[in-house]
Amino acid sequence: MVMRRLVILGAGTAGTTVANKLRRRLAPDEWRITVIDRDRDHLYQPGLLFVPFERDDSMDVLRPRRDLLRNGIQLLIGEISAVDPDRKAIRLSDGGVVCYDYLVIATGTSPRPDQTPGMLGPEWHRSIHDFYTCEGAFAVREALRDFTGGRLVVHVVDQPIKCPVAPLEFAFLAEAFYRRRGMQDQVEIVYVTPLDGAFTKPIASRYLGRLLDERKIAVETDFLVERIDSGRKTLVSYDDREIGYDLLVTVPLNMGADFIGASGLGDELNYVPVDKHTLQSTANPDVFAVGDANDLPTSKAGSVAHFSSEIFVENFCQYVEGRAMTHSFDGHANCFVETGDGKGLLIDFNYDTEPLPGQFPLGFGPLSLLRETRANHWGKVAFRWIYWHLLLPGRRLPVPTRMSMTGKHRPDEEVRP
Amino acid sequence: MTVVNLGDTRIHVDSEGFLTEYGEWTDELAGQLAAQIEIELTDEHWKAIRFLRADYPSHGETATLRRVSTLAGIPIKQLFVLFPGKPAKKMAYVAGLPKPRGCV
Repeated sequence: MVMRRLVILGAGTAGTTVANKLRRRLAPDEWRITVIDRDRDHLYQPGLLFVPFERDDSMDVLRPRRDLLRNGIQLLIGEISAVDPDRKAIRLSDGGVVCYDYLVIATGTSPRPDQTPGMLGPEWHRSIHDFYTCEGAFAVREALRDFTGGRLVVHVVDQPIKCPVAPLEFAFLAEAFYRRRGMQDQVEIVYVTPLDGAFTKPIASRYLGRLLDERKIAVETDFLVERIDSGRKTLVSYDDREIGYDLLVTVPLNMGADFIGASGLGDELNYVPVDKHTLQSTANPDVFAVGDANDLPTSKAGSVAHFSSEIFVENFCQYVEGRAMTHSFDGHANCFVETGDGKGLLIDFNYDTEPLPGQFPLGFGPLSLLRETRANHWGKVAFRWIYWHLLLPGRRLPVPTRMSMTGKHRPDEEVRP
Repeated sequence: MTVVNLGDTRIHVDSEGFLTEYGEWTDELAGQLAAQIEIELTDEHWKAIRFLRADYPSHGETATLRRVSTLAGIPIKQLFVLFPGKPAKKMAYVAGLPKPRGCV
């Protein structure tokens, strides 16, 4: 019997989850499942936020990908050079070719410091840092420790980025870090964003705006960086505004994998355009994209990868049997936001509903939405265990796949004249 | 969300005045919206607006400046000249689309 071949590109959060779920659902004697990734270790990305602020090195952020994939899943380590959707083949840079019947693209999004002139160069990882990579996070830790005072700028090049709240979290944690060292008067923190506010959703903005003011974190909005003058330590925008820094922690432009752009399956940032409810590629019906690699109009976040994977798996099983796909993803995202001092927020939202206050996941909680609590911080810390032991293996979590209004309420809306 | 009159058209807007119903926008409305923020629309403005309107239904989100620039072929610097200060927000407003925003 000829085996049907499912190939999954990328063994990150979405790729691993989907591989494990589908291995359980698809008969082993009928389906071959192959996962391709360029390196052997799976990074727990939410852990990187804490690296710059922790004293010890024992951060549980890396585990071998092979250990996280069920038996019966083939893992190939190799760099993908091209996808040929017409021939249904993946070309690897070592010359290997992997053919597929169905393809799942889960290659995520990556920071691209090379895309902003002046970011890379002699000051990279000296006065210019990013914390979205292992190397970057550890370099920032040293830089924060060595910083004797001046202006710390926390900056985002453009949207979308994965984990869009992380730069705000970094600013909060940095403020707490220097305050605890008695350096709050020596360190000025400025948050620079291309959006028109640090918080842009009306209700969240109303509830959380004061958090920045209270911590004296200044915000520069509508700033779209054109280049960095690293000699003068200055960010220069397209409309010639300048922001000087002594220490810059930036989130570079995020882009999907280059081979996606080259394959004709990607948009201008190398994301795969998909149906926002089924995750099927709009260009090719046997191709799906899950996780950060697609263009869903919601946050690029681990929770979105998790919830959308659940929907995708159901739809995929229908699709390969020639049936209509009846499951619909609503854009559900659920994200912790560290606010420093052992506290955090939780936000829960989807395509149609902005973050609302209340309790999560049930009416009595135990977690609070849009409110700083210690329970939320501990939730984020505990999540690491859930990630390795429940989420990646593809087990169900006790939270609804689609966003629920349970526990939420809408505050009375102000009508502006 | 409220219903307001702009000229003699009734439109649904959010608390900042951005249209919330894609189908309620018209070319004439664009002119009126632009006038509200002291912009006089030229062919170049229209090029950006038309791109935004056409892109929104399939992309699912209002295009960022970078997306407009890359796909409509208008340099980002020029977008700042056409819609000074807050180009992404102003373009979205005139085009009757949600303002670009983050998740929170």
